[in-house]
Order: sequence, then C-alpha cells, then structure tokens
Amino acid sequence: MAEGEITLKIQRFDAKADAMPYWQKFTVKLRPGMTVLDALFEVLNHQDGTLAFRFCCRAGVCGSCAMVIGGKIRLACETQIAQFVGKGDLHISPLPHQEVVKDLAVNYDHFFERMKRVKPFLVGAEPAPEREYLQSPKQRQPINEPIDCIMCGSCTSSCTVAWTTKDYLGPAALMKAYRFVADSRDTITDERLDLVDNEDGVYRCHTIFNCVEVCPKKLNPTESIQRLKIKCIKRKLFGRKKRKA
Amino acid sequence: MYYHKILVVGSGLAGLRAAVESAPKVDTAIISQVHPVRSHSGAAQGGVNASFANNPDAKDDSSDKHAFDTTKGSDFLADQDCVEFMTKEAVPCIVEMEHWGCPFSRMDDGKIAQRPFGGAGYPRTCFATDKTGLYMLHTLWERSVKLNIPLYEDRIMVDLVVEGDAVRGVICWNMRTGELETFMAEAVIIASGGSGQIYGRSTNALISTGSAQAACYRRGVPLKDMEFVQFHPTSLFGTNILMTEGARGEGGYLVNSLGERFMSKYAPKAMELAPRDIVSRSIQTEINEGRGIDGKDYVHLDLRHLGRAKILERLPGIRDLAINFVGVDPIEKPVPIQPGQHYTMGGLDTDINGATKFKGLYAAGECGCVSVHGANRLGGNSLLDTVVFGKRSGAVAAEYVLSKKAFKEGEAAINKNLRETKERIQAMMDRTGAENHSDIRAEMKQTMIEKVGIYRSKAQMEEAHAKIKELKERMRHTVVQNKGKSYNLDLMRAYELDGMLEVAEAIVVGALKREESRGAHSRLDFKERDDTKFLQHTIATYSPAGPVITYSPVKITKFKPEARRY
Repeated sequence: MAEGEITLKIQRFDAKADAMPYWQKFTVKLRPGMTVLDALFEVLNHQDGTLAFRFCCRAGVCGSCAMVIGGKIRLACETQIAQFVGKGDLHISPLPHQEVVKDLAVNYDHFFERMKRVKPFLVGAEPAPEREYLQSPKQRQPINEPIDCIMCGSCTSSCTVAWTTKDYLGPAALMKAYRFVADSRDTITDERLDLVDNEDGVYRCHTIFNCVEVCPKKLNPTESIQRLKIKCIKRKLFGRKKRKA
Repeated sequence: MYYHKILVVGSGLAGLRAAVESAPKVDTAIISQVHPVRSHSGAAQGGVNASFANNPDAKDDSSDKHAFDTTKGSDFLADQDCVEFMTKEAVPCIVEMEHWGCPFSRMDDGKIAQRPFGGAGYPRTCFATDKTGLYMLHTLWERSVKLNIPLYEDRIMVDLVVEGDAVRGVICWNMRTGELETFMAEAVIIASGGSGQIYGRSTNALISTGSAQAACYRRGVPLKDMEFVQFHPTSLFGTNILMTEGARGEGGYLVNSLGERFMSKYAPKAMELAPRDIVSRSIQTEINEGRGIDGKDYVHLDLRHLGRAKILERLPGIRDLAINFVGVDPIEKPVPIQPGQHYTMGGLDTDINGATKFKGLYAAGECGCVSVHGANRLGGNSLLDTVVFGKRSGAVAAEYVLSKKAFKEGEAAINKNLRETKERIQAMMDRTGAENHSDIRAEMKQTMIEKVGIYRSKAQMEEAHAKIKELKERMRHTVVQNKGKSYNLDLMRAYELDGMLEVAEAIVVGALKREESRGAHSRLDFKERDDTKFLQHTIATYSPAGPVITYSPVKITKFKPEARRY
C-alpha cells in the first residue's frame, strides 16, 4: 500500500447468492476530509459496482449507515477515515446480529417491529386545547436527551442480550418508551409501564452499557431503562397512581 | 399487483402528513426508498414558521404579515392565494404537530418557542433546538404507526402510470429483491422531495435526486419554475453540510477576511437576517472579490459571542456537525462556511390542492410547486409547506376517491408501463461502452454549480446546456457493472442519473429563457426584475428533444409587486 492510501477490508455477503460471508480488500486514495462513507462510494463508483450499503443524509442525522468500522459500531458518514491510516487494514462489516440484505446493508424490519410494540406515539389529554399543550422548559428537560435518538440500530445491535433473545425490546425501543413516559404531556403512563414491566422489557437489561458505548449521538439508553425500572418497581411498592379525573 | 385506494410516494414530512390525513378515511399505503425516519426532512434544522405571536417581540404578528413576508421573499412570484392559505393554516397545523407529540423548545410560560429568521418581520419560527425537522419527522412517523399505515420500504418509484386524463398507479423497483412491482391506485400523491443532488455543493441528502419527479415529468406532468434553485448561505466548507439559519437567528455574524460584518453593505437593516438569496449573493460577492478567508471559497460564521450556554441550549446539533466535519467547535472558533445548493423552489406543477393536470395525481412538499415560495423561499417555510400542503393533498385525494364511481381501472395501462420499464432497465443493463455513470454524475454536478449557480449569464448557461446534452448522449455508453438482483446500487444510481439529467435540462432551459433577475435567479446580463415580461411561472413540458417552455400567470391578491429592500 502506497502512502496516501488505505486498504478497506469489507465483509461481503449476498443473502441470495452466497452460502457464507467473506472478506474482500479494496485500496482507496485518501483525500482531505474523507469519511468512511466517501471511501465506500469510491469503491462502488470506481472499483466494484456490486458493493451494497445504506446511505442518505451523510450528516449523521438519518441513521442509515451504522456499521462496524475498525472494531466499533459507528456511522460511516461522520467517521473520518484519517484516524485509521497506518493501523493496518480497516475492517468494515454490517451491524452485528442483524439480517443482512447484502454486504453492509441490513434489514431493519425487526428493529422497527420492536419499536412499534411500545406504542411509540404521544397520547395527550382529551379534548386537546385549542393551542399547544403547555410544557415548561423544566418539564421538557427529561425528554431532551431521549428524543435525539436517530433509530440507527447501533445500540440494539451491540446489546448482547438482544442478540440472544429476539423478543427483548432492546435499548432503542425501551428508550422510546421512556421518552413518552417522561413527557409531561402524555397521559397513559400506566399502560406504557405495563408494556415494559416484564421479562422482555426492562428486566432483561443487564446493564452491560454496550448501548451507551456505541451510541453515535452519545445518548444513554441504559439510564432510560433504569428510570423505567424505577417507575415499574415504585408502582409495585406503592401501588398505581390514581388517574386524575 | 398491489392495490391501494391511495398511494403516497415518499415518506418525508409531506408524504407522511398526506398519509396521516387520508388513511383514517380511505385505504392508504406509503411507498418509500428509505424508512420514513431516514427521510431528508429529518435534516431540517432551524424551524417552522407560524404566527403564534408567542415571543414577546412578536405580539403584533399575524398570518397576514407572514403572507406579506413570504410574498416579498418570493420576489412576488408566489401565488398569493396559496400563500394566504398556507399562512392561515400555519398555526392550526403546527398545533396539530404539537398535540401529536412534537417536542418543540419552550418559552418559560410553556408555549412553543419562536426565533427570528431571515426575511421575517417578527420572531415567527417555531423551533425544537436545531433539529426541528428531525423531531417533526419522528412525530409524523409515530402517528403513521398509530394509524397502522402500510409501508412498502426499499422501493424506488421508476414509472408513473397515467391513462387518458387519470392516474392509474406506479411501477416500483424493490431494492431488496431487485424485482419490478406494480401498484394500482385510485389516487397517487407524489411526495418524493427535491432534486438537489443535481448540483455540486448541495446540502441535500444523497437520495434527493428527484427521480420520482423525473418519472412524472417523463409521463407528461409539467415542471414549474425549476430555474429557481435556493442556495443556503451557510453550509460547511468542504462537505456543504447545513449550518442552520437559526445560527444567525440567534445572533450569529458573517465575517470576511478583513474581519468585517459585510452584510452591512448589502442589507443594512436586516443584516445577517436578510432572505437567503440576498445573503448567499453577498457571501459569493465577498469571495469573488477576494475577501474570502485566506483568499479561499469561504467566509466565517461567528457564534462565539453567543456564549457557551446559548450555543449548547439552542444550537447543539450544528455544534456537533462543525466538530465532526471540520474539527471546529463554534464555542471557540468561527465556522468556515460557503453557500450551498439547498432547495428547489420549483417542482411538479400543482394547484392550491396539490392537484396536477391528471385526475387523482397530487404532489406535495419539495417535489411539487404550488407555488408558495416563488423565486426565493424564506427559511422556515419549507417545513410549513410540507405539513400544510401534505395535509391538504391528503384530504383532497381522499375526497376525490370517495366521490369516484369506478374502481380498479387501468390494469392494461399498468402492464404496458411495466413492459416499457422492463425494457428500459434491460437496455440499461445491456449497454456496452467505456463511460462510467458516476463520472457523468460528477460532471453534471460540477457543471450545474459552476454555470447555473448563484450568478448566471447567457454564455455560461449555454455552455451548461450543451454539456447536459453531451452527458445525456454519453449516458448511452455507460455500463452497469452489477448484474445482480439484491440492493443493486450501481443500477439504481444509473437509473436515477437518467432522470436527473432530464430535470437538469429543465432547470437550464428555464433559466436561459428567463431574461431577468428575480429572487434566486440572478443574471449578470439582466440585472433587473422585469415584471412586464416575467411576472409569470415557467412551465417546462417534457419532450424527447428537450423541455418545451411556456408561461402561466401569477396570482396576485393583496400585495402589489414592489422593490425588494431589506
């Protein structure tokens, strides 16, 4: 490999054609500011038109391009490639423990199915006021962080518990559940806690913190899950809160 | 063959809002290239305009004043009845989004917070930190989950089926299986987004190629006002990732190599908060005259005086972007920015209901042109456009379907289009030659930004037109290397590019024929606005030989065209 180049070692697999995944090397020329996504396009455009990967915003906000890069789950679009130069081949593989459509593109159906199980929508007071529900900055504070989840699947793919139990809601869906429980405008806390107060919900989390380690948005799903746990346990100890009339 | 009464193509804000409106009344399904939460709407940062008058500095704001600002911002090319409709619907539509859970930032009294934005007389832009589009998108996806709206994901619309004067359905390409699929429908709502990737230096997502728009154009839906392309003043130097107008709304400065806040020369009253066309031209002029930083193609966006607390509270997203992509923390250093292609004001020609010339075919959001943005869109009006006209087109499409007597017509037409599409794609796969379509794409993008960019002239645009025609010819000699079925990006990108070149040609030809300067269309050879000749919409109709240009009148209700000063 010459100076100013990097060798990518990419995991290839076509669910339709291949029995097993395999690795393939590509060498690309570096340019200033190059991201891993840029490098993948360089391969697609000029070396191998059969390479598959997901992409969209290329600004770290849409959550399409999470993959394992250099041993860690990252978003390809916001990962500068320069940091890997001089450290041998850069290994790139799809999100672990997800069904691969082709190469680095995974199927997110199961991820979103679990998200749907937590009733991921606000149920506000009825009848709704003519204008907005009032929510002070202090009341909004608990949701400031969980609303930033871009649903890239990094956390759920890194969670060793989610690997072995496909019914476990997983960190992303549980953080989504917490996002509504913590929202001062929501009215169905008990129903929401019922959805997670079980063995496929909050108690399956072993606080391994993989989700926190990999989150590209630096969020803390483990904390959201523990906060849900506290609410579930408080409810058991002190009884369910009476609904306001 | 799949059948739904209403098909929505695209799952960004406009598509989701349309589907959420029609689904409770009429069987509705969504077709989308990406999962809804991946849509480019999620990259919108700064906010959405509605005259709530929540901010103490906006006590006198009203939908009328919003309408005036929008019309003046549009350089009087917007249809004023549509603008009035949009600005009146703004507050109820945003209230709806809030009731559905959109986590807007708040005033101390708990109301939705509003910030100043370019070209607006009052702080009118409702915001959720600097990720407003992301939160609105998530909220509408959540609503679509509540309503159980069927979603066909990883599908690219490759053809529109019309028969006589009515729409019959669409042909899609399933990215996972590589197979073509047919969808029959009584009504189709196109909400496929803009075509910004035609340009170099674009802030747009890589999927914003306008390929569904191009498919409709080829089947006879005219494109309106395509020459009006918005350049956002502040995109990151190097990657052209968006730095929200909210940065200036919160008080950020634009500074040249001499350390001057140069906007004082161009818009002494509005300064950094002049409309986008004016700020972009000002930055470009500074760069052209050698006052870019270190003589390069950028100036500085300086936020340091806002202080750490305000940046972290109001602008956390762009801070992360600046750190990740240029290694600059805006709390400590000014951010290098340059104008970047950002928005297509033009689009599929529709009326106030989003209806096109074909019965049952609607378009909403950036892919359409109602027109509410005219020659220059104000910041904060695109998110508003998506929810107001998404909702409207969903409602009108549902009414149309409920009033229909005959159903499930057009199987023969759909099969005919399927055959034609198969042949087209097969021909693409069978081509031989030495051309690489990614090189053609790069040349198109370079040509468009260089020659049909912020400043335009006849000579440059004629060169661009010749180049686009050359690229169309060279496309016939490109090879699709990937002959496989699943997730064939090579074929997808070749297919998209075909459509992008058609749309690029519509932009260039419309721009050449418009011999005036208006809004974002700024000609060095025709520097003045010419209301006698060009106070009208450009209509580009597809023909194999190139776009045929005609004009249609602009609706003026309350606001007589006046000189535009800020």
